[in-house]
Amino acid sequence: MTGVNVVEIQSVTKTFPAGNVTALENIDLTLTTGEFVSLIGPSGCGKSTLLRVIGDLIEPSAGTVTVNGKPAKQARGDHDYGIVFQDSVLFDWRTVAKNIGLPLELLGWDRAKRKQRVDEMLELVELGSFGEHYPWQLSGGMQQRVSIARALAFEPALLLMDEPFGALDEMTRERLNLELLSIWQKLASTVVFVTHSISEAVFLSTRVVVMSPRPGRIAGVVDIDLPYPRTVETREEPRYFALVTEVRELLRKRGEHLLPEEEAALTE
Amino acid sequence: MSSYTITPGSVGRQAREWVPAIAVFVLAIAVWQGAIAAFHIQQFLLPKPTAIVSAFWDQRHTLWPAGWYTFKEALGGFALGSLGGIAAATLIGRFRALGNALMPIAIAANAIPIIAFAPIFNAWFDPLSPNSKMAIAGVLCFFPVMVNTLRGLTSVSPRQIELMRSYAASDLTIWRRVRFPTALPFIFTALKVASVLAMIGAVVGEYFGGSYDALGVLIRSKAQILDFQTAWAGILVASLLGIALYLAVALTERAVVRWAPENRPS
Amino acid sequence: MSTTVSFARRGLSVVAVLAVIVGFYELYHWVWASTGWTHPFIVDDTSMPHIWVILHALWQPAQVNQPALGTILFHKSLFTAKEAAVGFALGAVIGFALGIILAHSRLLQRGFLPYIVASQTIPILAIAPMVVVWVNPKLPAGLQGWGSVAVIAAYLTFFPVTINTLRGLQSADPGALDLMRTYAASRWTVLWKLRVPSSMPYVFAALRIAATASVVGAIIGELPSGLQSGLGGAILNFNQYYSIEPQELWATNIVAALLGITFFVAVVAAEKLVVRRAPENIA
Repeated sequence: MTGVNVVEIQSVTKTFPAGNVTALENIDLTLTTGEFVSLIGPSGCGKSTLLRVIGDLIEPSAGTVTVNGKPAKQARGDHDYGIVFQDSVLFDWRTVAKNIGLPLELLGWDRAKRKQRVDEMLELVELGSFGEHYPWQLSGGMQQRVSIARALAFEPALLLMDEPFGALDEMTRERLNLELLSIWQKLASTVVFVTHSISEAVFLSTRVVVMSPRPGRIAGVVDIDLPYPRTVETREEPRYFALVTEVRELLRKRGEHLLPEEEAALTE
Repeated sequence: MSSYTITPGSVGRQAREWVPAIAVFVLAIAVWQGAIAAFHIQQFLLPKPTAIVSAFWDQRHTLWPAGWYTFKEALGGFALGSLGGIAAATLIGRFRALGNALMPIAIAANAIPIIAFAPIFNAWFDPLSPNSKMAIAGVLCFFPVMVNTLRGLTSVSPRQIELMRSYAASDLTIWRRVRFPTALPFIFTALKVASVLAMIGAVVGEYFGGSYDALGVLIRSKAQILDFQTAWAGILVASLLGIALYLAVALTERAVVRWAPENRPS
Repeated sequence: MSTTVSFARRGLSVVAVLAVIVGFYELYHWVWASTGWTHPFIVDDTSMPHIWVILHALWQPAQVNQPALGTILFHKSLFTAKEAAVGFALGAVIGFALGIILAHSRLLQRGFLPYIVASQTIPILAIAPMVVVWVNPKLPAGLQGWGSVAVIAAYLTFFPVTINTLRGLQSADPGALDLMRTYAASRWTVLWKLRVPSSMPYVFAALRIAATASVVGAIIGELPSGLQSGLGGAILNFNQYYSIEPQELWATNIVAALLGITFFVAVVAAEKLVVRRAPENIA
């Protein structure tokens, strides 16, 4: 499970001509197989932009990105990653099963194979009996589980998640954190996880990458050495608190770059 | 003209929802009939409902074939104008620059009293042929359908496009799987407006000259000889056919766009 | 400074758009006439008179010893504009009032809304003669003739306003409604302080449609009423001479189109003044 580089980011810079904003400056980051890496930082630090650069949804102004040893563009064409957004982005006119099956349809899988995989995915996210429901008939947390199932349906090596639980309430969020970890361990995939929440980042990740804004840079990386499987009790261990504090200090150290409301948003 | 959608529900509940409408209908007819009798309104100003209904029945062999003749013109124009509007919106939506250049023209064209151009359409196509009416009905349908379709095609959320791009989906696939389904509720809203405009366009086109088989010509000639009962009966036919086309579109919408919030079973 | 620049740019784009339309028209004429294509219709100087012939006709008197056609059409369009404006005002007020009444009761909506929708399927041109015969005798002398046309214009105007007012009044934010409830606000206060302001974008969207509809209604209303002072009468008149002098009907139609666009632009401008906060959404 070690050694192979899934994502390699080399001196990536991204400037947006509109407003002359430097969203990312000179980013270097490497992810190996099976890692769960969180990107955390205040709004405007470029964490979502970095995620999109990895997914080739945004082209970097300078630098290179490789995914599974290929240029990001080719990796996208080869369906090497799945993506989950903050809102579930489900299509209202498709049932839950058909939403999960969408990428498989685009890959040209036949009906029987598709059905089998969709059923597996529904089991994985514990929505076995909801396949024929429509998205609007589900709660926000259930919708996000469908979205995760869709991202994992074609077994991508890499899972990109852009604040996937940001719009959910705290209790649903903690439950989905546990579910996500168990899925991740079952599938042994690599995850890049963008979040605003320090506790969520520490609880989930093998590594937390702390970013600072204007221009977007990596302020520091914290290795999370808490043992897996992590449970509800993990959140009560002293080591967990120590790591949360360490991440918070790193964000603080860059505090002179923060606006007051950005700092307030980070002290949960 | 906006859409008015009927709230779905169980048959029993739906029947109960229509009780007030039926009550208003009965009341209005009673007041109409009563007022004419009470105030001695002359027949040529406003015929009694019973007189209209009896003309409607007595002349059914003239009225319905005339209505059907005009309805076919309206249907042809509706199909041509709507398909043209959807096609134009697809093209414009595909090429942003083209859309930006053409949008002011579309907005201006939408503000033009197109019905005033009916005589020119009659001059272009033989006034006695159904083609001239089909053309005017088609042009009337074209603009609302085009504008609404374009609005629908461009109201796709950026996230949905990003998701499809993460699958390396082609533009055609994105159009078929995302843009078109998103636009469908918008298209149906416009089609409902167009269904009403098509029938009106055909009748107005016939006012400037048309075949003696046509409903518009019949209504006009009956009004000219002060046979208002038959004229009103003809108007009733035109209105019923317009409502029929509208309902056909509305029912199709409910069958096709089952996911739209107003069509969801509660 | 920047407003004058954008104003100039907008004027320039209008000129460009007009040039493109004229170019396409003449190109179509040239291609069809020179190739002899007859589909969908035969193109010649009668079916599609040249733009310069149409424009030239505006400077010529339509009949001997009369002012130029352009002058005549200008006066006729003022007459039609008067009918349309009165019809628009009447229809807007009635439509708005109807929307407010209907918004207060589901029962009234169920009873009347189907007929309000059905009313628009009636071909207005067909009932116009009867409306004229019916309404005209009841009008004071100053309103004779054009007053009944204004009523027909109002008939086309009120519908979109009613439907959108209703929708707009119901669009008020539920949170804001709860807030008003905590103030123990009366129904009347909620209506004027919350529901009506939040309905404004909807109402103006309807007024833009209604602006054109009122011009359509005025032109159509003139046709059967025998009024010669407006654009509708002119269309009916020049229609009879189309095979000899098509440019006169074309010129009249272009003036009618300009009148429709003027009404539309006037409503958009009024909207900009009233609803400054709402996001711009023309179309």
